[in-house]
Amino acid sequence: MRNAEQIERQLDRILLKVQKPGRYVGGELNQVLKPWDEVKTHVALVFPDLYDLGLANLGLAILYDQINARPDALAERAYAPWIDMEAEMRRAGIPLYGLESKTPLAGFDIIGFTLPYESLYTNVLNLLDLAGLPLLSSERDARHPLVIAGGHAAFNPEPMSRFIDALVIGEGEEVIHEIINTHQAWKASGEPREDLWIRLARLPGVYVPCLYEVSYHPDGTLSGIQPTHPAAALPVLKRVVAQLPPPVTRFLVPSIDIVHNRIAIEIMRGCTRGCRFCQAGMVTRPVRERPVDEILTAIDDALLHTGYEEIALLSLSSSDYTNIKGLVEAVSSRYRDQKLTVSLPSLRIESFSVELMEGLRELRPGGGFTIAPEAATERMRQIINKGITSEQLLETVRAIYSHGWLTVKLYFMIGHPEETLDDVQAIVDLCQAVLAEGRRICGGRARVHAGVSTFIPKAHTPFQWVACDSVEQIHAKQDILRKGLRHSSFKLTWVDPAVTMHEAWLSRGDRRIGAVIQRAWQLGAKFDAWQDQFHAETWLRAFADVGLDPDFYSHRMRAQDEVLPWAHISTAVRTTYLKEELRRSQQGILRADCRDHCVACGILPGFNELRMNTPPEAWKCPPVSQVKAR
Amino acid sequence: MSDQAPSLHRIRLHYTRAKELRYVSTLDMQLVWERTLRRARLPVAFTQGFTPRVRFHMACALPLGFTSTDEVADLWLAGDAGTAEVVEKLNAAAPPGLVVKEAVEIPLSLPALQTRVEYAEYSVLLSEVPDGFDLPASVEKLLRAQSLPRTRREKAYDLRPLIDRLEVVSSTPPELWMRLSAREGATGRADEVLLALGLDPTAARIERTRLVFKED
Ligand code: SF4
Repeated sequence: MRNAEQIERQLDRILLKVQKPGRYVGGELNQVLKPWDEVKTHVALVFPDLYDLGLANLGLAILYDQINARPDALAERAYAPWIDMEAEMRRAGIPLYGLESKTPLAGFDIIGFTLPYESLYTNVLNLLDLAGLPLLSSERDARHPLVIAGGHAAFNPEPMSRFIDALVIGEGEEVIHEIINTHQAWKASGEPREDLWIRLARLPGVYVPCLYEVSYHPDGTLSGIQPTHPAAALPVLKRVVAQLPPPVTRFLVPSIDIVHNRIAIEIMRGCTRGCRFCQAGMVTRPVRERPVDEILTAIDDALLHTGYEEIALLSLSSSDYTNIKGLVEAVSSRYRDQKLTVSLPSLRIESFSVELMEGLRELRPGGGFTIAPEAATERMRQIINKGITSEQLLETVRAIYSHGWLTVKLYFMIGHPEETLDDVQAIVDLCQAVLAEGRRICGGRARVHAGVSTFIPKAHTPFQWVACDSVEQIHAKQDILRKGLRHSSFKLTWVDPAVTMHEAWLSRGDRRIGAVIQRAWQLGAKFDAWQDQFHAETWLRAFADVGLDPDFYSHRMRAQDEVLPWAHISTAVRTTYLKEELRRSQQGILRADCRDHCVACGILPGFNELRMNTPPEAWKCPPVSQVKAR
Repeated sequence: MSDQAPSLHRIRLHYTRAKELRYVSTLDMQLVWERTLRRARLPVAFTQGFTPRVRFHMACALPLGFTSTDEVADLWLAGDAGTAEVVEKLNAAAPPGLVVKEAVEIPLSLPALQTRVEYAEYSVLLSEVPDGFDLPASVEKLLRAQSLPRTRREKAYDLRPLIDRLEVVSSTPPELWMRLSAREGATGRADEVLLALGLDPTAARIERTRLVFKED
């Protein structure tokens, strides 16, 4: 194996031949470079796409911080080299390496991939290969690092289960330490690798695929998922932290321009709105907020450590943060004179949001105002549980234009269950109505951007049983949008139906899909998240070669009693609750925000003990005793 | 903003760019500097306009892959700050590879730095030369040439008038020193000189050692 110095020397010979060589050298401000021999456990954290996208990933930033805070472990980073660099690396025989020390990835103890979305799967395979590791977990042995993964896509771990030794379901801040401790104890024990699987399986929230067996009915649906060892839990309950740990403030500051150069502070985790299509809203419960003071201190610290000019206050629904007004006022008075930008995403559709943004006005030069009605008819909104009316929306839009914003960005989704072409036409009509308001208030300069994505029924949501629209249906719906929003005052963005299908297959897939991913990679698939690199034909061919039918995964309404491929994974939100939500959706019955009135989704019984040991105000779910009393 | 405009100061900085910043483009270097200035909490002056930028100008672009022991830039401060304090604060805030050596207050009226650069000097360490390659003879031959027609980024130009001096510092290990024109619109590149000599610039360590300015 090559050592770090050799790699460094070789890099100097090739880096001037590739685009943006600064991606491949590390050495950024706030990087942590620890002496290799002074720690027991070496972890490589990998974002399976370009440095430019991965550096800002908050999940990995948190883990980097957590691991490097331990005196007995170090964390380094790796990203996917772009195609030109990969070719140079393969030509020169340079394996994938940790950016900090340039040590080959194969020399680490643990490799951790983040899987925020499914279109990164082939890159994971490519990176394992570039690291010189066998792709299949079953083909790796004691000489190889432990390969783990986590992130939102891992809530259906099956498609990647043959490549990854252990997957973390849920939040990683605490369990990463347990994994490192377990690895150390196993290493010291000198036991075989099978023993590591068993030790890992005992950790709450860790799923070790090789300890489960999946069986199938003749029609291809699952008949069961069974543990093959008593240590393997059924179901595997996701991990949550009782309270959010202090935010990361020593962000890495790249020396080259990347996509998100900013301080990202999570103000709240979880969401109680209950939009039925939204996986994040279902899998990140319970809602936990950070106190205003903690957020402000973190911003101060992070500004000092990074010099960044942009702050993003992250959450799934900013308006729901309890003291949002106080937070915005404090941020705006404190940072007004520092020529900073502050972003506050996901605001509720109400005029109060406009007031909030107005408070940040001096911190937001330019840009439009974004709101997400998701659907344009009352009927559709009842189906997806987005409880706003068109009148509320127009009122908000009037407030936006009146306050001087010229561009309103509207996010919609097509392909919701039971959507008709009339519902799609209503999106056009609504955009027209919004533009009409804009014209009336600020004249010809008013603009409307419509960002229209396509619905995919995601695991662990009330819609997990329903089918996707066919490609023809999606085309027909997008045609309506393109025809209706032609005027130059509109800007329309949509998603290629082939891309949607790809995401649907991979997010709804079972264990067998792993063979398709592997075949697609063999056929050259990588960087599937990049429009110009994604080739639908490659994937169709991979399905054909493996002998699976893609429509089986995307276009089949699944029976309520079908064993879903993720049935052994629990988010604590009960299946009966999801079914009830689906039924209510079909009847057009809204479900109110559960923040003020718990509707017993399952989080409390699932995390009963955790809730009991956490201060009442730390969660938006009621304290446990209160529920019992009801 | 208060009515009383703070006094404007112009500070000339000399700094090094070590290997950590070898692969940072000039545009990105501007960003590296802006963040360093923010972290240093100096009373930096901003440009007017919709998206105000820090008033900071580098003398001359450093090609990708080069290091430098003597870069020069001008910085405008909207308020008093002693030059020793400027150096100290900047170094405390600088990313790996950036070290400020010196700060001097200069008259606001001096012409723009970029227009005053005349030459840049480079030291070139060659990690390998082809077998039987006679470095002194090749250098001599190159300097004797009347013109050195070359093409860079599909543009033809003559390299010869851009070479002011070129010397062999030592043959083992092979090391060169050169002074190239660095005027606006007439900039010689050290890697191009190596190519003209028949050497591989990716096998060389090129360091800028000095910028030579016209008398103000
Ligand atoms: S337990 Fe109750 S309050 Fe908590 S998320 Fe579920 S429904 Fe909402």
